[in-house]
Amino acid sequence: MDVEILARIQFAFTIGFHYIYPPLSIGLGLILVIMEGMYLRTGNKIYEQAVRFWIRIFALIFGIGVATGIIMEFEFGTNWATYSKYVGDIFGSALAAEGIFAFALESGFLGILIFGWNRVGPRVHFFSTVMVFFGSLFSAVWIVVANSWQQTPAGFHIVGQGMNARAEITDFWAMVFNPSSVDRLLHVWIAAILAGAFLVLSVNAWYILHKKHLEIARPSFKIALTVALIFSLLQLFTGSRSADGVAKYQPAKLAAMEGHYDSSARADMFLLGYVNKKKEKAVGLSIPGGLSFLVHGHFDAPVRGLRSFRADERPSQVNAVFQFYHIMIIVGMAMIALSIYGSWLWWRKKLFDKKWLLHVFVWGVVLPQIGNQAGWFTAEMGRQPWVVYGLLRTSDALSKTVTANQIIFSLILFTIVYIVLFILFIFLLNRKIQHGPVDHGTKEEIEEGARRDNPMLEH
Amino acid sequence: MNMQTFLGMDYNVWWFLVFGGVISGYAILDGFDLGAGSLHLFLNKEQSRRIAINAIGPIWDGNEVWLVIGGGALFAGFPVAYAAIFSAFYVPFMIFMVGLIFRGVAIEFRSKEPMLWWRKSWDIVYCVASILISLSLGLMLGNVVEGIPLNANREFAGDWLSFFNPFAILVAITTLALFMMHGAIYLTMKTENRLFVKLHLLANNFTIFFVVSFVITTLYTLLYIPHLSDFFRSHPGYFTIPLLMTLSIANIPRQVKKGKYRYAFLSSAATIALLLIMVALEVFPFLLYSPVNPANSITIYNGASSARTIKILLIIALIGTPLVGLYTSFVFWTFKGKVRLDEMSY
Repeated sequence: MDVEILARIQFAFTIGFHYIYPPLSIGLGLILVIMEGMYLRTGNKIYEQAVRFWIRIFALIFGIGVATGIIMEFEFGTNWATYSKYVGDIFGSALAAEGIFAFALESGFLGILIFGWNRVGPRVHFFSTVMVFFGSLFSAVWIVVANSWQQTPAGFHIVGQGMNARAEITDFWAMVFNPSSVDRLLHVWIAAILAGAFLVLSVNAWYILHKKHLEIARPSFKIALTVALIFSLLQLFTGSRSADGVAKYQPAKLAAMEGHYDSSARADMFLLGYVNKKKEKAVGLSIPGGLSFLVHGHFDAPVRGLRSFRADERPSQVNAVFQFYHIMIIVGMAMIALSIYGSWLWWRKKLFDKKWLLHVFVWGVVLPQIGNQAGWFTAEMGRQPWVVYGLLRTSDALSKTVTANQIIFSLILFTIVYIVLFILFIFLLNRKIQHGPVDHGTKEEIEEGARRDNPMLEH
Repeated sequence: MNMQTFLGMDYNVWWFLVFGGVISGYAILDGFDLGAGSLHLFLNKEQSRRIAINAIGPIWDGNEVWLVIGGGALFAGFPVAYAAIFSAFYVPFMIFMVGLIFRGVAIEFRSKEPMLWWRKSWDIVYCVASILISLSLGLMLGNVVEGIPLNANREFAGDWLSFFNPFAILVAITTLALFMMHGAIYLTMKTENRLFVKLHLLANNFTIFFVVSFVITTLYTLLYIPHLSDFFRSHPGYFTIPLLMTLSIANIPRQVKKGKYRYAFLSSAATIALLLIMVALEVFPFLLYSPVNPANSITIYNGASSARTIKILLIIALIGTPLVGLYTSFVFWTFKGKVRLDEMSY
């Protein structure tokens, strides 16, 4: 295999693994803020125990997120040296800002979050929780801005030629607010919050099914369900805005997402299907003219197809882009359906009666994970063959001095390390879940809390 | 190139100072927790090891952020150097990163199970990873100081096995010794009773280890790589810096003996900073020197981002640094004093 494909596999593998964790941190961060806020307001020990429990899990997730994230920062330099030189002037300032504003905030206050219970007062502790959450939100800002700039470059000019060409900033704010930044950031944030909410739903559904820690599990489940309902519906809106942006700025990606080849024809919107590359046609279950409607507002309007792009200027893996895109949408719809149905049962006061639904929620934890990965694969594979859209090809972005053998060496190393890491992560997560949220000596306080009036979370 | 200046220095020099400051901050802060990790297996009892880990528990993660900021600062301000350094040091850097992962994992996972074999295994992982990280940092620093061959595109044009040369290996060992001394002094401030007595002795031993390896490295440099001290020969006024550093090193055992560990710690922190200042003066204005073909070297000018980006970066640093300082101090203040174990500890 050549260096390009190896370097791409390595990047996809390391970023894909990394991307399990930061979204969970963001989503859990929000839930921690809500739970600890409720504890401060009501003084109910149930919320305190729930917060302490989820902070232990947060710490585990955060730790792996940091370790795998440092790899990403330096992998640009190790494997993609030409890319680093090309985008350094633009990407670097976003990355430096992430380090100094977001990452330092998050890691600094995390110490207090985990170890500070007996050292600071409840208000200072709550403040630290909020700071950790803000830190994780900020870190998503800079990294999504940088990635969005690669999708829709703005606020720059090109200096130099050939191998020495590079982008230089002309307008910092135009770079930050490039055409896709805001839509993509909101989309990523909400996806992250859903990842956290569905983890909390899953663990608590499992407790409820096994009749464990019910006093804590039921209110926690309801908090997470509320978050899931609000944000899964909001995601519809940001998703459609992102699709509009792709239609406007990256027509080749849009065409690949729906497997649309013929520029003179109306474009269908598929629910399920596959792309027959030989016949240059997508087949499956579709809404005729759906994509035309999305782009132009008419079901019969023609949409620019893949055939109108030169073969070396369109994604080669059309079927993969198509599938990832549709997996993301199916998963998103499933989360909306689950959240609405759960909320409806809650309203009918039957939320915990349907065992099958609780079982679905236990497994529902994988939905946002699949959605996040599929979404990123759509965005990144759909941008190919460009690493910076329309400007720098992925094949030109490599480190010229790194050999295939070196990448194979590090790829094997990372594969082994990450597999071990993942097994340990699941093992420890399971242990923490089995141990549960109740600390020794606090059982009476919990029962006391459960007896108190709490109309909002009454079953 | 139009050069904007501030207080008589152009922006590139300022960014070089910021980068140097971040690297010094990283070496001082992560230095003591890497050192504490490297000497971990010198502590025998499970309880001692647990206290030692909890002494760095709440802060090591924040310390490591300085590495991320340093990487970002290099990428942003000097992308050509960032690209050349990390693609050149591919293999040592991969080992460094795997070390970082395993170290973080070991700290996190060790306390999660009570079995002795579990904890002992993670102790070994933690210690070996800390040593590997310190050694690879030193190895890379040594090679940057010496310079590595670069081609006309300012990319590495050599064999990575050449990184393992005597000078770089000496710098690597010195780095490890320095961190171990620094870490042992830090732990004396955080411990009590018998563990404290043991760490007091270890601090003395590692000071000797550091002084010996430092003297050998210095002698080797003066005898075999004399051009590395050209700067100090041509600028005698700057001799104050090695002088200060020597006094600072001498002050460490003095304060340890008096039992003033905080001053000893400040002295070893000052030693780290002064060492890096010496390195910076020697290499300036080069970021990566190419001894084979000096025309291909990367300097703070030909390896830099545009003037506009550097200006933006300086503004970001100006706003961000006080903030980071503020909450770092707050976190350190919260966890000041001897380690107290509770139910949330590692």
